[in-house]
Amino acid sequence: MAHGPQPGLSRWLYTTNHKDIGTMYLWFSFAMFLLGGCMALVIRAELFEPGLQIVQPEFFNQMTTMHGLIMVFGAVMPAFVGLANWMIPMMIGAPDMALPRMNNWSFWILPFAFAMLASTLFMEGGAPNFGWTFYAPLSTEYAPPSVTFFIFSIHIMGASSIMGAINIIATILNMRAPGMTLMKMPLFVWTWLITAYLLIAVMPVLAGVVTMMLMDIHFGTSFFSAAGGGDPVLFQHVFWFFGHPEVYIMILPAFGIVSAIIPTFARKPLFGYSSMVYATASIAFLSFIVWAHHMFTVGMPIAGELFFMYATMLIAVPTGVKVFNWVTTMFRGSMTFETPMLFAVAFVILFTIGGFSGLMLSIAPADFQYHDTYFVVAHFHYVLVPGAIFSITAAVYYWLPKWTGNMYNETMGKVHFWLSFIGLNVTFFPMHFVGLAGMPRRIPDYALQFADFNQIASVGAFLFGASQLVFLFNVIRTIQGGKKATDEVWENPEGLEWTVASPAPYHTFSTPPAVR
Amino acid sequence: MLRGFNRLFALMAAALPASTVLAEEKAPERWGVNMPRGVTEVAQTTYDLHMLIFWICVAIGALVFGVMFYSMWRHRKSKGYEAAQFHESTAVELVWTIIPTVILILMAIPATKTLYDIYDTEEADLDIMITGYQWKWKYDYLGSDVSFFSNLSTPRAEIDNQLPKNSNYLLEVDEPVVVPVGKKVRFLITANDVIHAWWVPDLAVKKDAIPGFVNEAWTRVEEPGIYRGQCAELCGKDHGFMPIVVKAVPQAEYVQWLDQRAAEAAKMRELTEKTFTFDELLARGKDVYDRNCAACHQVNGQGVPPTFPAIAGSAIATGPMKEHLDIVVHGSPKNPAMQAFGPQLSEADIAAVITYQRNAFGNDMGDTVQPIDILNFKNNQQ
Repeated sequence: MAHGPQPGLSRWLYTTNHKDIGTMYLWFSFAMFLLGGCMALVIRAELFEPGLQIVQPEFFNQMTTMHGLIMVFGAVMPAFVGLANWMIPMMIGAPDMALPRMNNWSFWILPFAFAMLASTLFMEGGAPNFGWTFYAPLSTEYAPPSVTFFIFSIHIMGASSIMGAINIIATILNMRAPGMTLMKMPLFVWTWLITAYLLIAVMPVLAGVVTMMLMDIHFGTSFFSAAGGGDPVLFQHVFWFFGHPEVYIMILPAFGIVSAIIPTFARKPLFGYSSMVYATASIAFLSFIVWAHHMFTVGMPIAGELFFMYATMLIAVPTGVKVFNWVTTMFRGSMTFETPMLFAVAFVILFTIGGFSGLMLSIAPADFQYHDTYFVVAHFHYVLVPGAIFSITAAVYYWLPKWTGNMYNETMGKVHFWLSFIGLNVTFFPMHFVGLAGMPRRIPDYALQFADFNQIASVGAFLFGASQLVFLFNVIRTIQGGKKATDEVWENPEGLEWTVASPAPYHTFSTPPAVR
Repeated sequence: MLRGFNRLFALMAAALPASTVLAEEKAPERWGVNMPRGVTEVAQTTYDLHMLIFWICVAIGALVFGVMFYSMWRHRKSKGYEAAQFHESTAVELVWTIIPTVILILMAIPATKTLYDIYDTEEADLDIMITGYQWKWKYDYLGSDVSFFSNLSTPRAEIDNQLPKNSNYLLEVDEPVVVPVGKKVRFLITANDVIHAWWVPDLAVKKDAIPGFVNEAWTRVEEPGIYRGQCAELCGKDHGFMPIVVKAVPQAEYVQWLDQRAAEAAKMRELTEKTFTFDELLARGKDVYDRNCAACHQVNGQGVPPTFPAIAGSAIATGPMKEHLDIVVHGSPKNPAMQAFGPQLSEADIAAVITYQRNAFGNDMGDTVQPIDILNFKNNQQ
């Protein structure tokens, strides 16, 4: 109990402490968020008006690809793992993660994976340019040489995710304090437990598909080459068998965060706790049987189209249950709107809008018109930015006083929220319009009738990007000092994390707490 | 106000050069926020389906957000509202599981019907094979000799902002695909290199073009007109620069067009026998080069190394003729971006473009090659 962190750099290199590792994950993901964000700004700057102004199509394609890869694998996933590291042991009354050395390893291979991925930008032939979905044969026979480095970096990211997931499952199943039964766990713990199973199920599939690419490129196989007897559509089936659960990996922990924040600021218990758990499990199950809704236009037989259409529509039911539960939690509460609550409420509204466009996309005949247009870009940015990014931001504001012992600056937090909220909607809402009007995605230049809304979207994107600097500044100032936080931080929040001191001591729950 | 001005401009634009604009084509609408209604029955059904689901979403949204905003307005601590403590109700939860399920079933019924309609490719009056290439479309009218490539025709200078952009910027091609009005046209869609997708919003047809697969789609255009679309699947560098233009004409006009194209094809075959002069080859070659080669090797022959090497001073364009013929006819075994142009271009066009490449960009080889040489080269290889 006596020993705290080691001094200097070795504290971070050798640490097995869940809080230190959580902190590193969060800073790493924020760095990736800024890097991926800068790439998005290159895209939006080029799309500010028709014609090629700033970049050429080759580089534009590298930007769309790297933006997607870095945001998915570098920003969103590590941020959730960081939050899991910090909060899960404290929420279930455990002293640390179950496998602390593996925890260190699973973080420290990530910077190398992303250094390798980013280095492809400087290679001859440029970075991967085939979209984050890297459809073969564009990503195999027709890919730049850097694709091999992309494959290895995906392997490393996958290994990191799998180790993280194993650790989380082992921690939740083995290290709960006495009395912390499964159905008493906070929803963040529940959603992460389910997410971790999804990760273990699908990251090997991703590793498999990139390995098949590697074999096709270097070892003469023809998994995805029609000329060699292979099947380019097989790639898409394997990829989306990973890819669809992957999008739920990026949203389920967000459900957990929002389910923690809304009750605190509504001063009312979460409505329908057990139906929340069952809904999460249903969504996870359904995520495995809907993958081909990303492929409605590949020419599947009609029976396949119908199956995937019906299964996809079904997802609306458990997702609806969640939204109704959050709204009912707010109903007849006694609400205040501090920054975490603002982000959580915006999450519910904007994620629901993304859900509506998702429902529209699930209708196969209508999807023929929406598929691969900006309508899809609008849809998944509405679920991922207010979904994943807003929930992560809400979580940081919510738990930052617990982590640092200081209150963040509420005014600056609100400024950050409103700038982000306005920036996000100005950026992504017009994309629905240009998509429906016929603008395909992933094009560096477009027809004149799309010019007006694209210009608006570009302005919004720069506003959204700039507002994240307010966030960075606020967090740094809070770490440096500020009004001292109480142990409870908020008014009667639920959860074991609020029973320890603020800032949380380096080691918490060396003896298990009593769970009511 | 702004909208009013736009409408005014649109009217002025429509009134001015009325003779040059095809009567049947509407100028694309600025500030467009919705899908086109389309010009086929399937497109209109799809549009109706889209609007139906949209309004259902709006209604659910109004309800959910209504309760939420009401609650955010009334149930505030600052207004002294005391929090209730209820946290479950099986009845309520059953209701909001069952009602959405019923709504979904009601949505699935018209969706299923429309899907069956879209999948019914039987009994077509006409088959057109569509092949996606990096970065152009090829159309083969099955059962006739008519076959041609359709390339972007927007001048490079407009893309590079050196010329003002015309109203069909990036949505115009040198050879539109022509279909007869009122006939069921079946499209057989495939690709030569990577995956593309053939999409024309007004027809509500979008289908992936996949190498090694032949996908089917169909349309029956009800109104004569020009309908524009784009490739919808990322297919490399010029994915944004391979538009689709469909010209729907009355049956009689279609037959006339088809005959004329068949005659041109026959004439093109005769050209193989003809001996061209150096200048004829150069002039034809420049045209062929700009349409087929310049996207990668650039108009000035400098390319974009390493994927797209320069023609200017290249070892092949300034080396033995046989190797030059080989790479143009068969493509590059090392770099799949260099396609085999043997099956794509006529003998006359290949002869012209090779002569052009060997004598332009400062290559100055001074030699020529004739269409008949290309034919012999192709035959000897097989």
